[in-house]
Amino acid sequence: MFPDLNPLDPQQREMLQKSLGSLRPEQLVWLSGYLSGRASSFLPENSQGILPTGAPAANTLQAGAAALIPGASAAVALKLLVLYGTESGNAEALADKFFKASKKKGYKPTLKNMSDISPADLKKHDNILTIVSTWGDGEPPESAMSFYDSFMKDDVDLKGINFSVLSLGDTSYEKFCQTGKDFDARFEALGATRLVDREDCDVDFDDNYDDWSTKVFGKLAELQPAASAGIAAPAAADAGFAYTAAPAVVFDKKNPFPAEVVANINLNGTGSAKETVHLELSLEGSSLDYEVGDALGVVSENAEDVVLDCLAASKLKGDESVEVKKVGPMTLKEALKKHLDITALSRKVVQAYSDLTNSEQLTDILSDDRKEDFKQFTYGRQISDLFGITPFTGSAQDLVNLLRKLPPRLYSIASSIKAHPEEVHLTVAAVRYETFGKERKGVASTFLADDSQVGDKVLVYVHKNKNFRLPEDTNKPIIMVGPGTGIAPFRAFIEERAETSAAGDAWLFFGDQRYSYDFLYQLELQEHLENGDLTNLDVAFSRDQPQKVYVQNRMSEKGKELWDWIENKGAFFYVCGDAERMAGDVHDTLIKIAQEHGGKSEEDAIAYFENLKKDKRYQRDVY
Amino acid sequence: MSEDSKKLHPNEGIKTRSNFLRGTIAEGLADLSTGQLATDDLQLIKFHGTYQQDDRDIRAERRAKKLEKAYSFMIRIRVPGGVATPKQWLETDRLAHDYANGTIKLTTRQAFQFHGIIKTNLKQTIKEINDTAMDTIAACGDVNRNVMCNPNPFQSQVHAEILKLSQDISDHLTPATRAYHEIWLDGEKVESSKEEVEPIYGKTYLPRKFKIAIAVPPSNDVDIHANDLSFIAIVEEGKLVGYNVAVGGGMGMTHGAEDTFPRIADIIGFCTPEQAVDVSEKVVLVQRDFGNRVERKNARLKYTINDRSADWFRDKVNEYLGYDLQPERGYHFESNGDRFGWVYGEDGRSHYTLFVQGGRVLDTPEYKMMTALREIAKVHDGDFRLTANQNLVIANVSSWSQAEIERLIKHYGLDKAGQESGLRRSSIACVALPTCALALTEAERYLPTVITELEEVLEQAGIRHDDIVIRMTGCPNGCGRPFLAEIGFVGRAPGKYNVYLGGGHAGDRLSKMYREAYPEDKLVELLTPIILDYGKARNEGEKFGDFVIRAGYVEATVNGPDFHLNIKKDAFA
Repeated sequence: MFPDLNPLDPQQREMLQKSLGSLRPEQLVWLSGYLSGRASSFLPENSQGILPTGAPAANTLQAGAAALIPGASAAVALKLLVLYGTESGNAEALADKFFKASKKKGYKPTLKNMSDISPADLKKHDNILTIVSTWGDGEPPESAMSFYDSFMKDDVDLKGINFSVLSLGDTSYEKFCQTGKDFDARFEALGATRLVDREDCDVDFDDNYDDWSTKVFGKLAELQPAASAGIAAPAAADAGFAYTAAPAVVFDKKNPFPAEVVANINLNGTGSAKETVHLELSLEGSSLDYEVGDALGVVSENAEDVVLDCLAASKLKGDESVEVKKVGPMTLKEALKKHLDITALSRKVVQAYSDLTNSEQLTDILSDDRKEDFKQFTYGRQISDLFGITPFTGSAQDLVNLLRKLPPRLYSIASSIKAHPEEVHLTVAAVRYETFGKERKGVASTFLADDSQVGDKVLVYVHKNKNFRLPEDTNKPIIMVGPGTGIAPFRAFIEERAETSAAGDAWLFFGDQRYSYDFLYQLELQEHLENGDLTNLDVAFSRDQPQKVYVQNRMSEKGKELWDWIENKGAFFYVCGDAERMAGDVHDTLIKIAQEHGGKSEEDAIAYFENLKKDKRYQRDVY
Repeated sequence: MSEDSKKLHPNEGIKTRSNFLRGTIAEGLADLSTGQLATDDLQLIKFHGTYQQDDRDIRAERRAKKLEKAYSFMIRIRVPGGVATPKQWLETDRLAHDYANGTIKLTTRQAFQFHGIIKTNLKQTIKEINDTAMDTIAACGDVNRNVMCNPNPFQSQVHAEILKLSQDISDHLTPATRAYHEIWLDGEKVESSKEEVEPIYGKTYLPRKFKIAIAVPPSNDVDIHANDLSFIAIVEEGKLVGYNVAVGGGMGMTHGAEDTFPRIADIIGFCTPEQAVDVSEKVVLVQRDFGNRVERKNARLKYTINDRSADWFRDKVNEYLGYDLQPERGYHFESNGDRFGWVYGEDGRSHYTLFVQGGRVLDTPEYKMMTALREIAKVHDGDFRLTANQNLVIANVSSWSQAEIERLIKHYGLDKAGQESGLRRSSIACVALPTCALALTEAERYLPTVITELEEVLEQAGIRHDDIVIRMTGCPNGCGRPFLAEIGFVGRAPGKYNVYLGGGHAGDRLSKMYREAYPEDKLVELLTPIILDYGKARNEGEKFGDFVIRAGYVEATVNGPDFHLNIKKDAFA
């Protein structure tokens, strides 16, 4: 629990850890405020007493402490650039956290999104801490794409600059953390000095972040003894000594709120090949708030039959006692049901299983020259299938150790809290398919579809997405392209604009398989059209006729008007939904529209939309 | 109160305002937010050959799922005389799969019908139908609809003549408005409605639908008494000499309104083949001018005649013609059913009549009729003829392709169709649920079950192979001509049918109500003793419809107005 570097003796450490571990979240919040106040009251005169073990000389701390106290004269602080590239907002949130922490420690940090900087600007900085995520097939985040491209290509001399990379990713993808790896290698190639090694995080990134930031701060402290190191004493101005009552509980990712399901409706009509669940959750009593454009984190569980299948395949019973790291002791079945990812077959899992079983077949498929074969091998397979190939012979704890933690899943919020006070709605496509003769299902989506019925409780938290926001100026028109579940945030947008009587026009492009069965929220949209909250609605249904028709075809048909909205009316353009094909097709269509109706060359059209992105008038929420 | 001072039926206003059937159909098609069209346009699209419907099976769930009703459209393809080329058959099959629900309904008026076409495909489907030299205009609506004629596989010369007459009448009475071409075929827009004239109909068209058929005795397969106007071919010494003209037949009625009734047609004279198109026009004109435009339920020609007299009507027609119809000639009808299997024509070509249950062409796991007909169409060098009884004739098969077609018939088991009983082969069912908006009960989906149960009774009575005409419709509007059947079931309320008995076997006598609002699960039980009695007590050659009258189950219906009279008390028990 405590970082390696701390001022406590082992006995204190043990006692504190024990008592802190028993605290409820609200108690912990109260205590932190209390301790901040206590600490700030005696820090200036008694700071000697809390010298970290092995900390630098006394004057270091003096200087550091001085830097923390407003009004005290500070030494020249080390300048940091906290550079991030974000898609879902996780990298941004961590960058923000690092930024604030470093500020408190007395550094002079600058926080920059990769979308707002060029490689040449990097030379102005001494220490560059990069936090970046990887998407899809090893791609950088959309907003970081152009920075990434020029950084990989431009010859910028970064000699004398220190760097470190924290990379976010998902081990279930082949090119895990590829973008972070690319940045790490490129910094080095351009002559920069690696401050600490790159840290690659799986979807459960909090601990990795803590490790990485501790190491980075440790190194930074060495670099400039003038800055505070070791303990993170809060600034006095932030101290809250006056807490008498416990503050309201804060529900967040670490402490999700159990929200009651108040509606669970399959929006697709009988006869549809799709299953899209409209879920309404009550936030009553949580004080949770969200803005349209935000996502909701859902802590899901594995389905009972999938757990049983995994137990059967591993020849374990389920009642064995196991220890789940950072959670505690429990039965194997509970661990598999609630805490561990028992489906996603990543290279890491296969590697670990191969090591555990000394399987020749697995060792072979894992070899570097068989990457394509490996991809083929994992396609459509899950962890339990692995046990069918090489029998599992380990203990229950071996199984637990093999698996990563079950990650929470983010869904774009489909409601405006103004339209539905104390509620949050989701639009979730239930993922079901068959491979290798077995019925498979998406963990989170079917958890919501099947195991989250009215009256049940689902653990949720709000995940801010600052990169997907309605224009501040409510007079601005908006164009929304959201086929399938991509409609979710736009239902929220339209509701929000209706509730706030926004004057700006709104145009929605929606698409799915079949008109009669898959026109999600049709009656609501008709009402919005009637009330003028929605100005235009264009729909495309791919399977109603021999030729497939998609939203981008409708955009082309309405190209002239669309261009007029963007170019002359200053419309904001939003895309939500499938990243693999739709978002790219929509983008290509935009470029063609700018060429055809805006008279632009292809290059200019591309640049036009790059600028639109920079101006936040072209925003995407794709997955 | 005089007719003039009464308020015209609202549909008359819709027609007047429609600018020759345009209304706001084109605008409605462009609105993608809804699968339906504007209310007034729903009346107008019928003239273009389509009805808006919705899937009534799933109505209940739709609102909860935030979906509007599952709207779709029925499209009726006009096939004058019911003759289609193999290429047209193949295209119809393709369109059914591309845009409709994968089935084709052969209607009781020798038309093709598609179901389940959504609004966004409506225009394209109608366009592609026209690309195959068929159309949909005037397949429904207050105009002359698909002209029927006997498919007559025996006398190819007579058939060629009556088929040509069907086509000529159809062409002559097709609305002249360009609206159809503008809306569906991207035809050039007419600049001003002033340029447009509708020479026969005028801008309010007819008061109600209008049906024409041509019969060739002894077959009354087209059911002349269900048509506003019929031509009964008079063949003397193998030559077609002319037609008896029958007017004022019709099926539709409204439950609970005794001033509505099915009616037997009156024969008002005889015309030569050359006069027939002219006669059809003048009959239409008299109805246009004298038909009831206030009460839509009394607007068919049968009421125009019934309210005055057949003599009055003949005089009017003679006046409009400018010459007199000749006296009617002798003829004799034997049956209104089809003859199945192979027959050989006078010109050496052969014809195979296939029983199509409920007129529904589709594939099931057990019976791949649709595939079979597609395969046959690919090798067929003759034509296909839709019969008025919802069956299909693979007609004009040349001697060199007959063996291959026979092989396909056997391979796909078409030869087994309808072999269960004469009752099944003589059955008609309308579409009804789930798509027809008028349906009160099931028909096409339910009649086969009733027949299967009755077949055990037939077996017991020893009359499995006797033809007994049985028909079921979901409402009393009569698409399946239930009041001309020996056994008729007409939907009255969900799960309940009025049961009618005693129709003439040749479609020459209306039936009489035997039970009102009878529960569907008791129908077989109700008919069992009558069928057993018929098996035992019938006279030599006596038809079921005649027997039930002689045996006293029902009184005979003589003409239209007495349809509701002389009903036995037990009917209302």
